[in-house]
Amino acid sequence: MAKNKNDLQQYQVRKTKGWVNVLISIFLAIWAIINLYPLYWMFTFALKDNKQILDTNKFGLPEGAPNKWFWSNFKEAMNTGPIGRFFLNSIIITFATIVITTLAAMMASYAITRIRWRASEMMNRIFMLGITIPIQASIIPVYLVVSKLKLINTPIALIVPYSAFSLAMALLICNGFMIQIPKELDEAAYIDGCGRGKVFFSVILPLMKPAVATTAIYTFLQCWNELMFASTFLTGEDYMTLPAGMAQLFGSHTTEWGPIGAALVIATMPTIVFYILFSRRIQDSFIAGAVKG
Amino acid sequence: MKSKKYDGVTIFLFLLPALLLFVGILVAPMASSAINSFYQYKGFGQKTWLGWDNYKRLFNKDFPAYIPFKDSVVHALLLAGFSVFIQLPLALGLALLLGRGIKGERFFLSVNFLPVLISTVVIGQLWLKIFDPRGLLNSLLRLVGYLKEGDDNIQWLAEGQGKLLYSCFIPMLWQYVGYHMLLMYAGVKSVPTELREAAKIDGATDWQVDRFVVIPSMKQIVKVSVIFAITGSLKSYDLIRIIAMNLSTKDASVPSTILMDYMTLRGEYGVASAVAVLLILLCFFFAILISTIFKERD
Repeated sequence: MAKNKNDLQQYQVRKTKGWVNVLISIFLAIWAIINLYPLYWMFTFALKDNKQILDTNKFGLPEGAPNKWFWSNFKEAMNTGPIGRFFLNSIIITFATIVITTLAAMMASYAITRIRWRASEMMNRIFMLGITIPIQASIIPVYLVVSKLKLINTPIALIVPYSAFSLAMALLICNGFMIQIPKELDEAAYIDGCGRGKVFFSVILPLMKPAVATTAIYTFLQCWNELMFASTFLTGEDYMTLPAGMAQLFGSHTTEWGPIGAALVIATMPTIVFYILFSRRIQDSFIAGAVKG
Repeated sequence: MKSKKYDGVTIFLFLLPALLLFVGILVAPMASSAINSFYQYKGFGQKTWLGWDNYKRLFNKDFPAYIPFKDSVVHALLLAGFSVFIQLPLALGLALLLGRGIKGERFFLSVNFLPVLISTVVIGQLWLKIFDPRGLLNSLLRLVGYLKEGDDNIQWLAEGQGKLLYSCFIPMLWQYVGYHMLLMYAGVKSVPTELREAAKIDGATDWQVDRFVVIPSMKQIVKVSVIFAITGSLKSYDLIRIIAMNLSTKDASVPSTILMDYMTLRGEYGVASAVAVLLILLCFFFAILISTIFKERD
């Protein structure tokens, strides 16, 4: 690599001019601020009272020493509704969806990419239509069935539709990963006397670990924010997801801004901490999906 | 090695979970929606055959309780336009700049992707506070002197002032720039380093490398981004629901708010099904259109 760089210098590579680089940096910095400032503002107004937010101190840190900040907003926010509970429900429902989607997609991908049969390509195309079909397409019939089965207000009412709508993308990603596993591996296992099932579970699945992270992140992105099904199918607080629960909490107009900010911070904090810890993993998994797809 | 018949059973068993989900939640409900869209149906009791009336109702203002469906499609397409011509170029620009290996590459990547992971409801509530008459935006406008002493606060969220639609669009575009940026960054990074270096040895500037080496190899990813951006705009719902605060919004209506309005507020499942059918057709139409456009460019 080092040798390469020396070579490049001999050829007098045209460097981008200094001032252009400065402009690029300024542009990137401004865009970073546009991304971060609203979140920073949310964190600060969670610790202010209305007088500061709306009048005396709109943009900056809360006034006074940290012990003067309005920490009571957080207590008040916790009293308005079980935000922690919503968060947990969202995690459970998203996790279950990820497990079902990933397993179903892996199995289907195995049948499509590793067993030779006439209609496999066709089957794959049909599944891929799922990427384009909007989740709204099935809300009415699914709602009617779910209410007939008395499943309104249960996590299953969300997990099954979420899995179905995450399936196409997951399958696309799994196919991309699975094609790269050499066919010789399967054949060696068949010669050793393994059946298809055994090959799938003990040869293919262990090699698909990287695909799991990637399907997980795409499935997460599809379910975590979903509001339409969640707010229609869940009516009680017991199983409400974060989007549905928060939407309901804010349905009534609150005049105090501080506790709203605090509630937003509580709902966001775990995601941000998780992201800071695993940002590289998350990004790499996401990128892997984009390249494979 | 194995008998054909045995393989058929195995294939079926491996496809079964995916098929159950696909048929049970996508195919059967779509068929059911298509059928329901020709009936008057309240969700229980008798269905009454209406023919095309549910569809006519969406377009003809002489029908009772008419909601202009055409406006909602126009809004969704406008959003798609903003998405394709502002959001995606911005994402592409960021991806190209970061893909050059600039200092702080990972930091900028992380910061730009952050909004994608934050709950839409949180983003919506946050922007409600930003657009509030007494909120951050008006305060900033006063700070820079756009709003003078004594000027009224701008009503960014009021119905009938022509601003609500854009107040809904801005957070949507803002939140997902990072999503497309990371998709495209993957494309930029998949260009082999040798290819870049070869071009640079031949005397190409960074801009020329981007223009003639990187961008042409990203066609597939740009196509995926465009399809996601347009179908995403057509099915947009969450942020509009939160920022417009009202399913019956006229200024910021999109097909999904009309669907939910007919379904949950009026209990008119037939008309709601007609909206769902039209929405599916629109999504397919644009997905096919984009694929054809990208194919012709070959």
